[in-house]
Amino acid sequence: MNLSSILMAEQAGFFDFLKINGPAILISSVALMVVIGGVFGAILAYAAKKFHVEQDPRVEQILSALPGANCGGCGMPGCGGYAEAVIRGEVALNLCAPGGSKVAAMVARIMGKEIVEHEKRYSVLLCKGGNKVARKFDYAGVDDCRAAALLQTGDRVCEYGCLGLDTCAAACPFNAIVMRDNLPFIIEERCTSCGACVKACPKNLFMLLGEKKTVVVGCQSHDPGKVVNKICPVGCIACKACEKACPVDAIHVIDNLAIIDYAKCKNCGECVKACPKSVIYNMRKTRKERAERKAAPPVVEEKHEAACKCHDAVPE
Amino acid sequence: MELLYIIVGLVFVNNFVLAQFLGLCPFIGVSKKTSDAFGMGLAVTFVMAMASFFTFAINEFFIRAGSQNVFYSLAGTTGFADAQKFILKNGLGEVLTTGVFILVIAGFVQFIELVIRKVSRPLYDALGIYLPLITTNCTVLGVALLNMKQIQPGGSWAEMSFGEGLVWATLSGLFAGVGFSMVMLLMSGIRERLAVSRLPRAFQGVPIAFICTGIMALAFLGFTGMVGGLKANLG
Repeated sequence: MNLSSILMAEQAGFFDFLKINGPAILISSVALMVVIGGVFGAILAYAAKKFHVEQDPRVEQILSALPGANCGGCGMPGCGGYAEAVIRGEVALNLCAPGGSKVAAMVARIMGKEIVEHEKRYSVLLCKGGNKVARKFDYAGVDDCRAAALLQTGDRVCEYGCLGLDTCAAACPFNAIVMRDNLPFIIEERCTSCGACVKACPKNLFMLLGEKKTVVVGCQSHDPGKVVNKICPVGCIACKACEKACPVDAIHVIDNLAIIDYAKCKNCGECVKACPKSVIYNMRKTRKERAERKAAPPVVEEKHEAACKCHDAVPE
Repeated sequence: MELLYIIVGLVFVNNFVLAQFLGLCPFIGVSKKTSDAFGMGLAVTFVMAMASFFTFAINEFFIRAGSQNVFYSLAGTTGFADAQKFILKNGLGEVLTTGVFILVIAGFVQFIELVIRKVSRPLYDALGIYLPLITTNCTVLGVALLNMKQIQPGGSWAEMSFGEGLVWATLSGLFAGVGFSMVMLLMSGIRERLAVSRLPRAFQGVPIAFICTGIMALAFLGFTGMVGGLKANLG
């Protein structure tokens, strides 16, 4: 193999360049890549200095402390937006609901300040109707509760009730809402009280309630009792049985709907027992059981069913 | 006239997304909103034009066979006579174009991002995040390598001088970008309407976007032969 034979061949073979003047061609190729890389590296390094934009290093620190879910629960455009607002001093340091008190403490430490603890909250649902309420018409429009609500307040006979088109489930950035029989069920373990569901529901059926308050009225209907009696088996008929049963005068029927004053409520559950339509529900037992389960996880038995699906099960 | 045929060819007949299926990643990813699609299209067009310009020049002076190659003179001065003859006939090898072009494109895009961030912060916030996405996008490399094909013997620009070839290469990059932007805008319009229609769960989002892309590609097949027809009728 010499140069003339290579050049006389129609096209140089792939490795023939190695045989010409030692590795001259190989060195040229490598040198080309190295030089281009070096030149661009130098240009970029110079440009990085010349076009440097001042950025407070604390923004990076705060960003790494935040959960990064970009849920918008703080009211800012994503975690980046919140970090920059905190640096500018425009917002409170504990607005990150998913991060909770841990993240708030970290942000405060980065900013050199103290914060006050606030109670953990959960989202609760204010409707128990779901599929128990009949539909007025066959809705075939956009698959979103907000769109359905524009059409004569929705396709349910009750104008205040849940329409069941999963807008809340889709809005929750933590997958804490699953639909059961066209009614949202909130998985409290995953709820961070970011408030996305509250904003998403066109009927305002979600409420963020402190973890210590466990009694909830599962209805938002202001229709007179006779009407509610006909259209919903679990709707508030304003019978005032709860008002009479309450030992601390915390629940009142205002405008055909029972409303709890959470400043006075002691979670005793008397109203739950008194309600003839089972509208009011108490989360105390389920939350207690959940706390106990977390403290002492159940012993897993040796024999497990072959088709066990417990890994993806939604807690009852 | 030649320019018209090239424009029609790049934008319609050989559309980079629908006929050559390059750049599907930003096409599907950024076409959910029309404003985003517009910004991305502009950024891609700019990068493609500039990348074509720089890569064509670098190819001419560092890789291509011939006496204009810098390494030709280098080999001569350092006394590697055989290497010099080799470079005259074969250059450094086409295989280098891929690596070198990517280096050039990546470096260039990073530089532009730094400049934009300083010069116009609103513009950076609006589309700056797309610039790193474009860096390794196959459409940019695709148009650069396509230009290489045209200067091979048998290609349309084989007989042109360097200056002419450079102009055609840049224009080619520019109009390939225009074709990309046009199709992205079309797709974003379709997807905005799809977002509010009732689709089976399994199809919502990306799956139906791909199906639409396929149907659009079928539609664009109708443009085949348009350049021939134009040539026959316009001379």
